[in-house]
Amino acid sequence: MLDMKVTENKDLHSNYCLLKLTSDEKLPEMLPGQFVQVQVDRSPTTFLRRPISINFYDKEKNEVWLLVQKIGDGTRAMARYKPGDTMNLLLPLGNSFSIPGIKSEKSLLIGGGVGMAPMLFLGNYLKKEAGVEPTFLLGARSQKDLIQLDDFRKLGSVLITTEDGSIGDKGYVTDHHILTKVRFHRIYTCGPKPMMMAVARYAVSQSIPCEVSLENTMACGIGACLCCVEQTTKGHVCVCTEGPVFNIDKLKWQI
Amino acid sequence: MADLRVNIGNLPLKNPVMTASGTFGYGTEYADFMDIERLGGIFVKGTTIEHREGNPYPRMAETPAGMLNAVGLQNKGADYFVDHIYPKIKDYNTHMIVNVSGSSIESYVECAEKIAALEQIPAIELNISCPNVKQGGMAFGVTCAGAAEVVRAVRKVYPKVLIVKLSPNVTDITEIAKAVETEGADAVSLINTLLGMAIDPMKRKPILSTITGGLSGPCVKPIALRMVWQTYKAVKIPIIGLGGISNWKDAVEFMLAGATAIQVGTYNFIDPTASVKIINGLNAYCDQFGFKSVSELTGALEV
Repeated sequence: MLDMKVTENKDLHSNYCLLKLTSDEKLPEMLPGQFVQVQVDRSPTTFLRRPISINFYDKEKNEVWLLVQKIGDGTRAMARYKPGDTMNLLLPLGNSFSIPGIKSEKSLLIGGGVGMAPMLFLGNYLKKEAGVEPTFLLGARSQKDLIQLDDFRKLGSVLITTEDGSIGDKGYVTDHHILTKVRFHRIYTCGPKPMMMAVARYAVSQSIPCEVSLENTMACGIGACLCCVEQTTKGHVCVCTEGPVFNIDKLKWQI
Repeated sequence: MADLRVNIGNLPLKNPVMTASGTFGYGTEYADFMDIERLGGIFVKGTTIEHREGNPYPRMAETPAGMLNAVGLQNKGADYFVDHIYPKIKDYNTHMIVNVSGSSIESYVECAEKIAALEQIPAIELNISCPNVKQGGMAFGVTCAGAAEVVRAVRKVYPKVLIVKLSPNVTDITEIAKAVETEGADAVSLINTLLGMAIDPMKRKPILSTITGGLSGPCVKPIALRMVWQTYKAVKIPIIGLGGISNWKDAVEFMLAGATAIQVGTYNFIDPTASVKIINGLNAYCDQFGFKSVSELTGALEV
């Protein structure tokens, strides 16, 4: 548990803000796929902490980034934090995406909506720590809903689908033409459940290993309350401790 | 420095602050955040004789100043606890107390017998008040006859400290408390969660897979406090108070209302170190008001 200081809070979109936080203490090591639990002050209707995935971890600057989608009172209150404000976080929590050992592997990172957030940290980690060139496939309703594109482009090639066709291929991420042209060795995905299920269906049909990041509603975030469970081959397990990242062959999804 | 020691029956606690079953795992989950050995005791997750997968997801709904849960006693069963969990937790320098649940008199008895054999578990908390399982659980805790029957049966096989956790979902909690006292319970803990419900108006569907669930958190505190006060006047055995305790002031209030000790529950999810802060706060409170022993607070409400 750390009291962290907000260094920046930037509106990236009418529905998203990017919070950057630092600490006087050296931050613990963090891995892509992990998340934090934020205690939200100044929001009387927000009782529980809010789980937010780690968007980026800057080791040199001792900084962690949280991409927050403003969907309820808690996340809207987070968007009102100002530089210099203190925010209490539990971090880092959960498991992480598995990192390939072979540099020549072609990894596809598919993000939809706020599910794009952990893909930035993962892409950076793959490139810097594993020497793997990531390919991003980002899906959104429209061009204006694509955020952090410049950051993604610094790390690898960025492919896009939009539902209205305003940029990239028209349709959903699974409609992108790359999927019929290139065979990836590994797929990582985070986003709305129907999107992740469609990605999982594609991965299974092509026999490509696939990891998904789940966002089941949770209370404690540390495996105590047993609220966020997912049905797996091992029975009900906590998404907060045994996830949020799962290989799809461990899940009981009807795909 | 006040004397923080209290006794639950013949079980001495180093201080009155414990953590509530289902909110603190097996203690180990919190060891990264605090020194769990500072606690007076840890009530570990509800244990049943059989392995239980619990209720389907979704199991949780946030409410104003609280939450509803419908976990449904997910646990790997008493044998798993004995073989795999007990060895890891038995040497902690605090009391590990097992919350025992069942779906029939026989299953309560069988589970209590298995736990009784564990040398370093000095007490059990008999859960006759879980609102989230179809059979048993709360069914025993909402009638005097049911509560008496299960306590009588478990008392025969369980010689150590027997704490009975009471349900608030009753007309008069003092009648149930008296019934379990008569059957030989050493203490009562109250309250378990209040039966509640949450609806998603956009989907026109219940939020919980079970439709109803147990309400906990600061929102239930006034009800819990009132029930502790009423029960204090009705029974002679010690009361362990819980329900929405989030800081030392809440803990003091429960003790003034008649609790000998308290449990911190849902608030562990908000601040994993809340229980340690409460121990420190209780000590400071006693010093400030000249109480040499925290036990002087029990029932000291001036009315």
